[in-house]
Amino acid sequence: MIDVKNLSKSFGDHLVLDDISEHISPGEKVVVIGPSGSGKSTFLRCLNLLETPTAGTITFQGTVITDPKVKIDKVRQQMGMVFQHFNLFPNMTIRRNITLAPVRTGLMRQEEADGLALSLLQRVDLVDKAEAYPSQLSGGQKQRIAIVRALAMKPKVMLFDEPTSALDPEMVGEVLDVMKELARDGMTMVVVTHEMGFAREVGSRVLFMDGGHILEQNEPHAFFDHPQNPRTQLFLSKVL
Amino acid sequence: MSYWEQLYTALPPIAERNTWQEIYGKFYLSWFEGGRWMTYFQGLATTIQVTVMALALGVVLGVLVAVIRTAHDQQRPGQHNFLLGLVNLVCKVYVTVIRGTPMLVQLMIMGFVVFKSSRNFALVGALSLGINSGAYVAEIIRGGLMSLDVGQSEAGRSLGLNYMDTMRFIVVPQAFKAILPSLGNEFIVLLKDTSLISVIAGKEIVYFARAIITKTYEPMFPYLITAAMYLIMVLIFSWLQGKLERRLRQSDRR
Repeated sequence: MIDVKNLSKSFGDHLVLDDISEHISPGEKVVVIGPSGSGKSTFLRCLNLLETPTAGTITFQGTVITDPKVKIDKVRQQMGMVFQHFNLFPNMTIRRNITLAPVRTGLMRQEEADGLALSLLQRVDLVDKAEAYPSQLSGGQKQRIAIVRALAMKPKVMLFDEPTSALDPEMVGEVLDVMKELARDGMTMVVVTHEMGFAREVGSRVLFMDGGHILEQNEPHAFFDHPQNPRTQLFLSKVL
Repeated sequence: MSYWEQLYTALPPIAERNTWQEIYGKFYLSWFEGGRWMTYFQGLATTIQVTVMALALGVVLGVLVAVIRTAHDQQRPGQHNFLLGLVNLVCKVYVTVIRGTPMLVQLMIMGFVVFKSSRNFALVGALSLGINSGAYVAEIIRGGLMSLDVGQSEAGRSLGLNYMDTMRFIVVPQAFKAILPSLGNEFIVLLKDTSLISVIAGKEIVYFARAIITKTYEPMFPYLITAAMYLIMVLIFSWLQGKLERRLRQSDRR
């Protein structure tokens, strides 16, 4: 589904991603972990070209999206993204936050989008907030809405950039629950996170990144129980 | 004969006028005598006309320059457009020159050099003020666009919205709310700067006030009246601006 070949990214002289190649298959739940500054967020943001790679190619469903001639908006419509700081649009109601993109990109008419928004809001138990503004919601509620907003585009893959890092501890659970449900429904997911419990429970594969490289990857139980790389062992000894 | 005229003509027989009678006499000369008050309003009409024209020009120029400059700064690396770079350079020079020279000097250059043969002083004044205001408005708008969390436009783009839609529905409405106070401030400055066009013979309030002074040799009331007229206009504008800001703050309520 997503094929990354020799991906490099540098900001000025600082090399953040160093020649990364990786393949993500449909239905996989890839969890990316690593210390801060390891390049895991940059890796995720390169996948939908929010960051432009310095070198390398990314292929999504047979299209080389790193080609400048590719209509990137069309590609992004099929890749949902959830941010650490939610990034809901504060000038719109929740309903409009969800329906804006599907309607403006021509995916559906306003009435259809409204119906979809309603059913999605039901799924995350926030129907009563449809006409509220983001500033009236808690962090956990905002992040659930952000997930729903991305889902309204009916994406093929969902990218999560530390979705629980900015939340109060007591609100982490409600967001992870929504993500687990999404995983059960078979969504392809790439999740950058510090939630090791989530990685172990939901992930089909765990990638450990440091210094712009993927140092180790494995199926979660083997990864957490028998880490091979000394750097991984050190990292896990600190966070577990 | 009106009440005020009767009151005034009753004054001369008094040999020694007291201070208040003295002041009223000066006020009468500056306001009622020969229907002078009408000329202030004639000036006011010009002031409003010039302000509206300069405002429209300033906003159009400001938006244009701000959009060009932000679009230039937000290009994806490696995809720089040469034409956009050139236009961006022109915009930069424009903003630098306008902000780097005094309004009064710009007005004199426009009135006495560039358009020295033009008789339509108010129009030349409006043009100069609009060009001047445009540079400031551009920087205010650019600041507003840049101050917005980059996550907002990233969220829009990640949903597959194109650049124009992201600007139109997400960035501009929020930026507009953020810049409204500074924009209001700039409009007030513009309104008051219209008084400068009297130096190129633009017939606004100050122009008529000075004309009256040359006849009466009494500067106090014409200038005080001028000041009061500006103050009232600014107060009305501030009130309208406050109303608009309260309306836009709707989405902030908890």
